[in-house]
Amino acid sequence: MFDSLTNKLNTVFSRLRGKGKLSEADVTAGLREIRLALLEADVNYKVVKELTGHIRERAVGEEVLQSLSPGQQVVKIVRDELISLMGGEHAGLSLDRRPSVIMLVGLQGSGKTTSAAKLALKLKKEGRRPVLVAVDVYRPAAVTQLKTLGESLDVPVRFDEGRTPVKIAAAAREWSEENLYDVVIIDTAGRLQIDKEMMSELQEIKAAVSPDEILLVADAMTGQEAVSIAVTFDERIDLTGVILTKLDGDARGGAALSIRRITGRPIKFVGVGEKLPDLEPFHPERMADRILGMGDVLSLIEQAEATLDQDKAERLAQRIKKNQFTLQDFLEQLEEMQKLGPLSGILDKLPGAAKLKGDTAVDESEIGRSLAIIRAMTLEERLQPSIIGGSRKKRIARGSGNKVRDVNRVLGRFKESKKALKLMTGRRGKGRSPLDILGV
Amino acid sequence: MAWIDRLKKGLTRTRSGFTDSLGRVFARGTKLSAIELEEIEEILIAGDIGARVSMELTAELAKRRGRASGEELMSTLEAGIAERLAGSERPLALRKNGEPTVILVAGVNGSGKTTTVAKIAARLREHDRKLPITLAAADTFRAAAIDQLEIWADRVGVDLIKHRIGADPSAVVFDALDHTHRVGGVLLIDTAGRLQTKHNLMEELKKIERTVAKKLGRSSDERLLVLDATTGQNGISQAARFNEAIDLTGIVLTKLDGTAKGGVIVAIWDELKLPLLYIGVGEGVEDLHEFSASQFTEALFVN
Ligand SMILES: Nc1nc2c(ncn2[C@@H]2O[C@H](COP(=O)(O)OP(=O)(O)OP(=O)(O)O)[C@@H](O)[C@H]2O)c(=O)[nH]1
Ligand SMILES: Nc1nc2c(ncn2[C@@H]2O[C@H](COP(=O)(O)OP(=O)(O)OP(=O)(O)O)[C@@H](O)[C@H]2O)c(=O)[nH]1
Ligand SMILES: [Mg+2]
Ligand SMILES: [Mg+2]
Repeated sequence: MFDSLTNKLNTVFSRLRGKGKLSEADVTAGLREIRLALLEADVNYKVVKELTGHIRERAVGEEVLQSLSPGQQVVKIVRDELISLMGGEHAGLSLDRRPSVIMLVGLQGSGKTTSAAKLALKLKKEGRRPVLVAVDVYRPAAVTQLKTLGESLDVPVRFDEGRTPVKIAAAAREWSEENLYDVVIIDTAGRLQIDKEMMSELQEIKAAVSPDEILLVADAMTGQEAVSIAVTFDERIDLTGVILTKLDGDARGGAALSIRRITGRPIKFVGVGEKLPDLEPFHPERMADRILGMGDVLSLIEQAEATLDQDKAERLAQRIKKNQFTLQDFLEQLEEMQKLGPLSGILDKLPGAAKLKGDTAVDESEIGRSLAIIRAMTLEERLQPSIIGGSRKKRIARGSGNKVRDVNRVLGRFKESKKALKLMTGRRGKGRSPLDILGV
Repeated sequence: MAWIDRLKKGLTRTRSGFTDSLGRVFARGTKLSAIELEEIEEILIAGDIGARVSMELTAELAKRRGRASGEELMSTLEAGIAERLAGSERPLALRKNGEPTVILVAGVNGSGKTTTVAKIAARLREHDRKLPITLAAADTFRAAAIDQLEIWADRVGVDLIKHRIGADPSAVVFDALDHTHRVGGVLLIDTAGRLQTKHNLMEELKKIERTVAKKLGRSSDERLLVLDATTGQNGISQAARFNEAIDLTGIVLTKLDGTAKGGVIVAIWDELKLPLLYIGVGEGVEDLHEFSASQFTEALFVN
């Protein structure tokens, strides 16, 4: 798989080959594609304009590196620019006071309540004693929602029927102090940034509990309005950061760039699922790749590096080269793949892979079945599949609880995969995609 | 406040954003420079209409530049959008012959499905006090999703069929269909939020529709996507993928009472021809209005 922006730029730049330097005209042509890509990713048009300006300055006259195509070179410049815009190191929470107070704010349905519970879980894991506070007295069952989540985490949820959000928040802070809880997480009601009354309510809550962190919870699917939303919340209550939710979908997430650029407030966490452990630190590089439509390849590689046994990987590469790839290797490869976590999680990180998933319906249970079948073979059979005849197949099928037909399928897969691997190493890794590497 | 005023109030913010800046651009004279064309394009993009549609619209303007007055250019632009939205409005399909009407409501997380179910129920209730209305709590996943729908059912005064949290949503729908067969009228199914890229969750949604089809002997009458107007270009992917899964019959565009313009529906209609039934302009049950393509377009541009 190759990312489309680089492809497009390569077409634009095809005239350029051999010229060595990026000319003004070349860059202008390339910038049109970049502008489109960024707008399609929902980066705010003002930010896009400013960015393309910067990039023009940087790119014109730039030497095209030997190792890169002109298209890749420009993408690299853009990528660097995005990363530096979205800010260097991961910004954590500053929760030094006892108790510290975190207040979550945002539009309706952005993910505040879920994120409050996610934060509580994260802090609990870090050895803190969090308390959740329900001050959404408006939306039906908003309090019940937080209470249910709190119960599942064994974290207390404070709420006083009939009292105002300001009073509930203040009382909860006091209660936490008395009971030696050290982080108070306030889940506020969703509100439009243009709703004057509701925005004043936030100011009052802020005045009553002086939060250490005021986090805007923003939906990654947000379009051009992300800027006006973030700016208004920031003006009214001084945000300390942002949580970007629902990044587990295919939203390109340009809002991240817009919000960061216009408010200067760091994105501290991203929500990557509906479940409570689905909260991750923000990574500018990954976000840049995502916005540029290059998928979350980086995080995939990181994940792969973290789990793949380096020695094994090296040994495997050697064997592939010598065409000695056996079913034993295939087994190990499948096992490694399982270690990477659910396949769907991996595929979600790759651009275009969602489609692939739909079409070919990569099936987790299929991998499980293949593993069972190979495990039912003797080592000899794994190292020398050619000896597997009819009666052996029957035994393997019985041993793994499958049909001979399934055994045949695994053997067929193995052959295909061997061929593909040979081809891949033949190409000397050029244009090698993570999907290839994973043998999917 | 009459609903038309609410709509207008809801859309004024939408409108003023466009027209103020457009007015400024056009006021500078009719001979539009490249820079001014780009500004117009940006104004359209700012409304989430998308780069492609915006570029097409400004290209039409560019053809006419120099020959038309500012006002004429303005109406060219307006006509361009109106033309693109032509035929996009449609009322809710209700069965008349006493047969039950089944409405399946789907969408990504937090878009406003549950509230929209309550709003449609309230609207039907208002039109016909005797019409039996049933809500099915088919979001058995999210914390307190059932409680939320139950509160709405009580407030609006309609029946609710629910199971426990964690139950099979199709089983809830099965029981709700039984109930609707007995009492007649309309069944509204509130489903869990799901991102369109999640294979298993989309399969779950398909299964719900299959359950309806099996029990009813035909498809559900409406399969609505609830789309948050704050959504940018991802709306296109949402519409396309939900459409692939359950063959949508239409869209409800929520949260138009904010500053977001919901411009992505122009591209969605352009590409998928999914009609728009309602717009949501607030958190109360009364904040639902029939979508009108001409008003939506007009509201974007009227001074
Ligand atoms: N897929 C996904 N869903 C999420 C994520 N975060 C929240 N959600 C879902 O989004 C929906 C809305 O989340 P809530 O936490 O209720 O949002 P909220 O901001 O508290 O909503 P209001 O209080 O009504 O304004 C729910 O269905 C959540 O499960 C995320 O990171 N990924
Ligand atoms: N301002 C405004 N808020 C709305 C509108 N429609 C829904 N909401 C709010 O948006 C939030 C989410 O609405 P829900 O109806 O719970 O959304 P949902 O799609 O059922 O959410 P999940 O089931 O968690 O996926 C709530 O706070 C609603 O009050 C609208 O038209 N305007
Ligand atoms: Mg909430
Ligand atoms: Mg709901």
